Amino acid sequence: MRKIYLAKSFAGIAILLAAPLLVSAQQGEAHIGKLSGNAGAGKQLYYRYCWGCHGFRGDGNGENWLPTGSYASQPYLNIQPRNFVAATFKCRSTPTGTLPTDEDIYNSLGRGLTNSNMPSWITLTNQNRADLVAFIKTLSDRWKTDKAGAEINVPAEPAPTVQSIQHGKELFTKLECWKCHGPEGRGDGPSASTLTDSNDQPIRPYNFAGGSRFKCGTTNHDLYKIFMTGLDGTPMPSFADVIKPEDAWDIVHYLRTLQVSHKSPELALWEGTKEGAEIVKAQKVRGTPTGAGVNQ
Amino acid sequence: MLSPFGQSFKDNGYQLGNERDAPIYQNPAYWPVTFRITPIWHRENENRAQVDGAAGVSGNEASVTTHGFDLSGLDFHTGGTLAKNVSFYVLPSSDPTASFHFETVMARLDNLAHTSWLNLKLGKFELDNLLSEKRILTLTNVAGVYTNYHFQPATENNGVNAAFPGFTFGIGDNQLGMEVMGHSADDRTRYSVAVLSSNDGNVNLPTSRSYGTYLTFSQAFQAGSLGLQRIGVFDYIGEAPTYFQYTNGNNSGIPGNAAFGIPGTGIGNRTFYRAGLIAQIYIKKYDLTAMYFHSGDDKYLATGTPANAAYGTLPAGAQNAIWNGALFESHYMPNPQFILIQRVELVRMSQQALPIVAGTPYIPGVSVPSLSFGNENVYTFGGRYYPFISSRAGFAFHGEYAFSHQIGTSPITGQNLDFSSLLAGFDFAF
Repeated sequence: MRKIYLAKSFAGIAILLAAPLLVSAQQGEAHIGKLSGNAGAGKQLYYRYCWGCHGFRGDGNGENWLPTGSYASQPYLNIQPRNFVAATFKCRSTPTGTLPTDEDIYNSLGRGLTNSNMPSWITLTNQNRADLVAFIKTLSDRWKTDKAGAEINVPAEPAPTVQSIQHGKELFTKLECWKCHGPEGRGDGPSASTLTDSNDQPIRPYNFAGGSRFKCGTTNHDLYKIFMTGLDGTPMPSFADVIKPEDAWDIVHYLRTLQVSHKSPELALWEGTKEGAEIVKAQKVRGTPTGAGVNQ
Repeated sequence: MLSPFGQSFKDNGYQLGNERDAPIYQNPAYWPVTFRITPIWHRENENRAQVDGAAGVSGNEASVTTHGFDLSGLDFHTGGTLAKNVSFYVLPSSDPTASFHFETVMARLDNLAHTSWLNLKLGKFELDNLLSEKRILTLTNVAGVYTNYHFQPATENNGVNAAFPGFTFGIGDNQLGMEVMGHSADDRTRYSVAVLSSNDGNVNLPTSRSYGTYLTFSQAFQAGSLGLQRIGVFDYIGEAPTYFQYTNGNNSGIPGNAAFGIPGTGIGNRTFYRAGLIAQIYIKKYDLTAMYFHSGDDKYLATGTPANAAYGTLPAGAQNAIWNGALFESHYMPNPQFILIQRVELVRMSQQALPIVAGTPYIPGVSVPSLSFGNENVYTFGGRYYPFISSRAGFAFHGEYAFSHQIGTSPITGQNLDFSSLLAGFDFAF
C-alpha cells in the first residue's frame, strides 16, 4: 500500500514538474496544414532577420525603431513594428480581440504588410515561416493562457451587381466609413488626422485610390475578413455585430470601385453606369496623391 | 552569398514592395550611404621572386617576404530608390592610397510591364554572379578575389608583340553595359542577359568597340528540412581586339615603334568565353558553394598576337587556349556572429596555346614546357567574428591564411611559383 502511495506521489510530482514543459511545448509549436513549426528553428531565423525591427524581446522596439533615446524624434521606420509581446495582430481570420490562427501569422509573413516596412518573406521556405510562427508565439504569455479565436465564417460571395455597389455606397455613408476614409476613400476623412494606433502613433486610414493591395491581402475574400474582424490595434473596428454578411459583401463591392487605378469587375460595372462613370472619371482626374509617410 | 531575402531585395531593385519604397516615404534624417575599410596586419611571401644576384646582375630568384600594418581600400556604398521601381547604386571606391574610381554606377528600371520578369539595368555593375566577388568573405592579396573569375593562361600578355593592345578580363570585375534580368515572385527562378562593352569595366573606351554577352539562369528548390538549395549556369561570350586601328601619331603604325594605334579603336577582334555551373547547398549551419568552370581564349588572344599580318604572325603551332576550373567554398556558422571559411580553387589547362616542348623552359611566343604549365591551386582558410550585429553598422575580427601554387611560372627558372598571405584585421562598415 505504501509502495502504491509513493508511486502515485512520484507520478504526481513528475506531472507537476512536466506541466510547464508541456505548456512550453504547445506554445513552441505551430501548425499550418501539414507543416509543423519549431520554435527553436524559428528563433535562429528571428535573430537573423526580424529582431532589427521587432526587437530582441519582440516588443517592437528594435534598433530600426528606437522610440526612445537620442533618435526619439527620428525613428528610421515610420511605423512601429508589431509588438509580439502584446500579441495584438491586425490580420486575422478570428473575431476582434482574439488571437489569430497560426495560418494567419504564416500568411502575414509570406504576404508582408502593404504600406508598412514589413516586407514579404515569401523567399524563405514554407518550413522557415512555420518555424517563425512557432517562435513568435513564445514571445507573449497570451499564447499560454488564450487559444486562437475560431475562424469567422465567410459566406460565398454573391456576384457583384450595380445594385450591390449602390447599396454598398449607401452603407459606406450610413456606417460613417467616410469619416476616416474620406468620401472618395482616399484616407482623408475629417477624422483622419486625429487617429492613433494602440502604440499612440499617428495612423492614416487606408487610401483606396492608392493601390490594389490591402493591409491583409488582395482579394475580395480578404477585404471581407478585414471588414468583419477589424484590424486590432488600429481604429478600424470589426463590423461583425453591426451588419449582415450580405451587406458586408455589398460594401466590399463598393470599396473595389474606389480603387480607380486597379481594374476589377466591380469597377467595370460601376463605370458602366452614368453615375459611376462620372465619379470614376473625377477620381482619375484627381490622380493619386503621393501622401506623407504616415501609417495606413 | 546573399540570404534568400537579400537576393530578393537586390533583385527587386532594393525595394520591399510595400508601396513605401519611393524616397518620399523615407525619413529625411537618413541618407543611405555606408563606407567600409579594413585596417590590417598582413604578411606576404613569394617563393621565387626575380631579384638581383650577388654581383648586382638581375636574373636571379629568391624568396621574398614582407609584413606590417596596412590598410585595405575604401568603399563608399550608396543605393536605393529614386521613385517606385526606379533604383540606383553608386559606389566610389579607392585603393589604399585613396586613389578613387567608380566601382559601380548604375540605374535600374524595375518591374517593367508590371512583371518581376523584366528589369533593366544600365551602367557599370557586377555581373549576375551567384557567388559574388564583391561580397567575398576573404581579404588577403591571394584570396581577395576568386582565381577562377580572373584566370588567364600564362602565355597571354607576354610582351612579345608591341602592337598587341593587351587582353585582360575577369567575370568578377564589374562591367559596363546593360542588363535585363527577371525572377519569379519568390525569387526561386532567376535569369539575366547582359550586353557589355568589352573593356573589362574600364571607362573611356580604352581598347575596343566590341561587345560581350553574359547569360545566367538559376533555380532554387527546397530540399526537405535542409532549406533552399540553388543551382545555376552562366556563360560569357566576348570579343576583344588584337590591334588598334590607324596610327597614333606620324609613323607609329610601324611594328617596332613605341606607340601603336588610337586608343578605343581596337579591331581584329577575337573571341573568348567563360562558362560554368554553380550549386549552392545549405545543410543546417553549413553551406557549400561548388562551381565548375570551362573557359577558352582564341589563339590570337592567348599568344598576344595581332590578327593582322602587317603587325605580326601567329607562332608556329598556336591554337586556342582552353582550361577548366573548380571552386569549393564552404562556411560553417556555429552562431550568427561567427563564421569559419574554407575555399579551394583549382585551374587546369586542357589545351595550351603554344606548342609543348618538354624539357625546355617557357619561351614567350614560342613554346611551353608542359600541358600543366600555368595550372594553379589556391587554398584559403579563415574566420570572422562579429562582436555585435546591427543593421546600421558592421564590425568583424578577421583572420585568414591563403596559399597559391602555380606550375612552372617562376620568372627566371620556370619552376613552381608559390604565394602565401596571412592577414588579421578589423573589418568595419558604417
